[in-house]
Order: sequence, then structure tokens, then C-alpha cells
Amino acid sequence: MNAIQPNRVRRRRAFLTVFLKEVRENLRDRRTLISAFVTGPLLTPLIFVMLISVSIHRELDKAEQPLKVPVIGAQYAPNLIDALKAGGIVPQPAIANPEQAVREQAADLVLRLSAEYPKAWRRGEPVQVELIYDSSQRDTGSSVDRVNQLVQSYARQQGVMRLVARGLSPGTAWPVQVARRDQATAESRAVLLFNMLPYLFVLTIFIGGMYLAIDLTAGERERQSLEPLFANPVPRWKILLGKLAAICTFSTASLLICLLAFSLVGRFLPTDKLGMEINLGWHFAANVLLLQWPMIVLLAALQSLVAAFAKSYREAQTYLSLLMMLPILPSILLMVMPVKPQDWMYAVPLLGQHLGIIDLLRGTGVAPLHMLLCLAGTAAAALLAVAVGMQLYRSERLAISG
Amino acid sequence: MIEVKDLHKAFGDVRAVDGVGFTARDGEITGLLGPNGAGKTTTLRMLYTLMTPDRGQVLVDGIDAAVDPLAVRRRLGVLPDARGLYKRLTARENIDYFARLQGLPEDELRTRREALVQALDMGDIADRRTEGFSQGQRVKTAIARALIHDPGNVILDEPTNGLDVMATRALRQFMLKLRAEGRCVLFSSHIMQEVGALCDRIVVIARGRVVADETPDALRAQTGEANLEDAFVKIIGSDEGLAA
Repeated sequence: MNAIQPNRVRRRRAFLTVFLKEVRENLRDRRTLISAFVTGPLLTPLIFVMLISVSIHRELDKAEQPLKVPVIGAQYAPNLIDALKAGGIVPQPAIANPEQAVREQAADLVLRLSAEYPKAWRRGEPVQVELIYDSSQRDTGSSVDRVNQLVQSYARQQGVMRLVARGLSPGTAWPVQVARRDQATAESRAVLLFNMLPYLFVLTIFIGGMYLAIDLTAGERERQSLEPLFANPVPRWKILLGKLAAICTFSTASLLICLLAFSLVGRFLPTDKLGMEINLGWHFAANVLLLQWPMIVLLAALQSLVAAFAKSYREAQTYLSLLMMLPILPSILLMVMPVKPQDWMYAVPLLGQHLGIIDLLRGTGVAPLHMLLCLAGTAAAALLAVAVGMQLYRSERLAISG
Repeated sequence: MIEVKDLHKAFGDVRAVDGVGFTARDGEITGLLGPNGAGKTTTLRMLYTLMTPDRGQVLVDGIDAAVDPLAVRRRLGVLPDARGLYKRLTARENIDYFARLQGLPEDELRTRREALVQALDMGDIADRRTEGFSQGQRVKTAIARALIHDPGNVILDEPTNGLDVMATRALRQFMLKLRAEGRCVLFSSHIMQEVGALCDRIVVIARGRVVADETPDALRAQTGEANLEDAFVKIIGSDEGLAA
């Protein structure tokens, strides 16, 4: 009994010793601290909120504010102009070369009425109203739609009046009518805007652990401290586990700060003005953390693997910034080709977390099966990555820097 | 005691160590002497189980390094060629880290550490972060770290490399003290004066092989040269890579 006891104590301590030392050492490194606790977790919520606020305000502004549109030939159709004015359009004096003005972005759009307008109108013939715009100017889309809709509804209104004047039912002219029934809830409308959020969380985890992962493998080898470390009577895999635990601690802290920032900042988003509802409170944060924990381990193991392959600190930095592009794939993929989420997709690391967080934002919550698939799939990948890391740590060349 | 039997290690086509065998006894200082690139560091790396030999056997206090590497590492104090301190930790914290990895209880750790800090005369630097340490201060810290668990066998790879005269003298005194305590001290060097002044036994390595294994006096007698330096040149067959 006596012979076994000290061994047991020793074993548990090796993991803890490595873990505590790495945490303490890295808490003394300003660059690691800033990237893990300040820039990583706080920059993304700030940028995100700024982007969202700007785009929301812009949409709101456009819908409510008077829109100035140069009109050519306004004198031919005073009634149409009145209808436009009622819709918030402010007619501007005519300009000489509307096509060029639009191309040069001097004007968003120009309305042109032909001199034939009054004659055709009196005869009851269809008349043309020209909208001159440049659809490659992304900004003008909503203004064009707005003017277009005002003209259309004026036309329909006049058409109805003509039919009634001839004793016909207005319905004869529109045998089919579309009734739009939008099933989007206030929460699900918000999802479109928040599609980036899952990626931002993964990015935060990644940045939070990145400097540690580099320091604990490539950095330690570059400083030549790996060789004396391995001369200690501790199996290398235990050293690796201690290091991974330190990386995970930093990236988890990073994610927590990020979630906290989002829950605070989420309250100031004017999403309700667009008829959206978004809840980034405690419930959301806890679920994100649950979804992400195997991802935290997986990323720590992957980062360590990549850093262990690199010959130097700098090389590891380069490789890891390339690896950082990987987590954006599911977000982009789902944006480019929106597919209906299948059960198996939840088991795919990154994709599963993405879908899960979208479910949370939608307000439906993650189904238990999906949560289980997501955790199991990513945990399996994480175990595999850790096992590969352990194998790599056994290699003779790992410790030798010269 | 360290016994090395017929070690071989090749990196690709290069046979770095090609049949090295010797014995380093307790209470003696054994010097591993050879020109740069002779295979000293590779031999030592196999001793402290960082590398696995292609062939041959390493026994430390009778324990086979291939069978129980952890037990072997527990009996060895190692100062590798790469000193590798953690620069954001103080000297004391560096020592404590290795002590805990060796599994030392906290009270024993404190007594051992303070004894070493005193023996190596590093009281004034012990609580400073090792970033910016001089070469001598770095070696002292690394030696204290290597000896914290009171090992019976001490392996030092080129311990005086980069040290000034005073630091070298202090280190030699320290090695003599280790011998007096009955430890087995094995160190490598390419500096003949050092080996001649300190060693009870000299193992000369050249091109991955042991070319001589004698006491300094026997070496002089064997080669018929009164001067150790001339004796080495004669044994190795060239004076390439040797320093006086």
C-alpha cells in the first residue's frame, strides 16, 4: 500500500502542475492576455453591433425619410406627382443628362415622363413612365422599389376608377390575386441578420487559445525548454493534456467574456423597430457554452497539432491564421446555398454548432436529439485530435530544436 | 551508476553514434570528450531517454532505460545542451516546476530548493524572472532545476559552455562537491583542460565511436605524450574541433 500511494499522488500532480504553470506563465504575458481577454472577445461584439445598428438605421431611415427624386416632365402629370408627394417623394427639378447622372452616382434614380403623357392619358391609352437607375449600386435598391411601388399603386387606383366609370367590376382586370402570408416570427426574421454570430463565437474561441497553443508547443521548442521538460519522469501525454487544459481555460474564458458582452450589448440593438426579437440573455449564453465545449477542446487540440508541426513561433502563427479561415466555411456555405437542415448535419463539427446557435436565435431552442448529435459528433472529433496529438508528442523529433 | 552498452543511432544515412559503450561509476567524475559533432550530445540524449537507440542498452542503477524510462528519469539529474528556462517565471518558480514534476512533497521541495540556491550562490537572483539572465545565471538555474530531486546520477552536457572564468571555476567546484557526495557525475566537453583537471575517467569519442576509456594518467602513459592535449590529438587522429 505504502509503495502505491505516493505514485498516485504524483500522477495526479503532474497534470495539475503543468496546467497551473502554463496558466500562471501566460497570465504574465501581455500579448496573450490582451488577445484572449480584450481584443478577441470584445472586438467581435462591438463590430457586430456597430454593423447591425448601422444597417438597421439605414433601412429605417430610407423607409421614413422623404426621398428626393429628380423628375423630368413633371408638368405633364400633376396628379401622378401629387400621388408621389403623398408617398413621401420630393420631386426635384429636371436634370439634363439623367443616364450619366445615375452612372456617376450624382442621383440615385431619375423619373422621366414623356411629353406624350397628357395626350395618351386623355385617350385612355397606356403610358410609359421611365425609372432611370443603376442596379449595381447596391444602395439604390430600396429607393427604386419605393418609387416603383408608388407608381404602380397609383396606376392600379386609376385603372379601378376607369373600370368603375365604364360600369365594370374592378375584379375582371385582376382574375388572380396574391395574398402574402409571411410565417416568419419576430425571432426568425432576426436570424438573417445574425447568421454571422456562430462564426464569431468560434473565432473568439480560436483567438482566445491561439497564442497559448503556439507558446506551449512551437514556442517552447524554439526556446529549447521542451528537452529539459521531457527529462522529467512524467509521460509526455500527461504534459500534453496539462497544456491542452490550459489552452481550453483561456479560450473558455474568452468565450464567456464574449457572451457576456453580447448579452449586455444585445439590449441596445434597435431590432424591435424592424419587428425582430433577439434574446442574447443567460439562457442563450448557457446553451451556446454547452454547444461549444467539445469545440473548445477540438480547436485546442488542432491548434496544438498545427503548432507542433511548425518549425518556429512565426511559422506556427502563419499556419494558425490560415486555420482560422476554416470555421467560416459553414456560415458561408449556408449563406450561399441555403439547405434544409438534416439531422446528420448536427453531428458535423462547426456545422452542428452553427445550426444549433441559429436554432437558439430563432427562439425554437435546440431539439434534444440535435444537441446530443452535436455534442457527440464534435466530442468524437476532439478525442481523435487529442489522440493524434498524443501520438505526435511521442515523436523523437518533437523535442529537438537544433 | 550509468552503464552504456554498444549504443547505435543513425539519422538517415548519418551514423551519429556507432557502437558507444562505457561505464560511469558512483563517486567519480566521468568526462565524455570529443570534437564537435562526435556524437556526445546524441549519446547523452539516449541516456536520459529523449531518444531511443537503434541498438544497444542503457542501464541506470541497473534499470534498463528501454524497459522503465520513467524510473530512469527519476534517478537522473539532467542539464541538457538546451538550457531552456521559462523566462516569464522567476528562478525559484522554474526550480519548483521541475520539483513538482519530479513528484517532490512541498516541504521537501522547499528545503532542497533553498539548499541548492545557497550551494550555487544564487540568492540574489532567485526571485527575479529569468528573462535577461546572464549565461552563468542561466546555467546555475538550470543546474538547480536538474538536481532538485536529489538524483544519484548527474548528466551535464557541455556545462561550461559560454561561461566566464569565474563562473567556470565555481561550476568545477560544484561538480567536485557532487562527486564528494558520492554521486555519479557524467559530463561532456570539448575542452581538454577541463576534462583533465576534473575527471577520474575520460571517455574519448570520435566519429560516433569510443576511441579511448582511461584515467588521465593512463592516457598520457598510453600515448607516450606528457601533455594531455597532444595525447588527445594522437588518439583522435586529428585536432579538428578540439579547443584548449
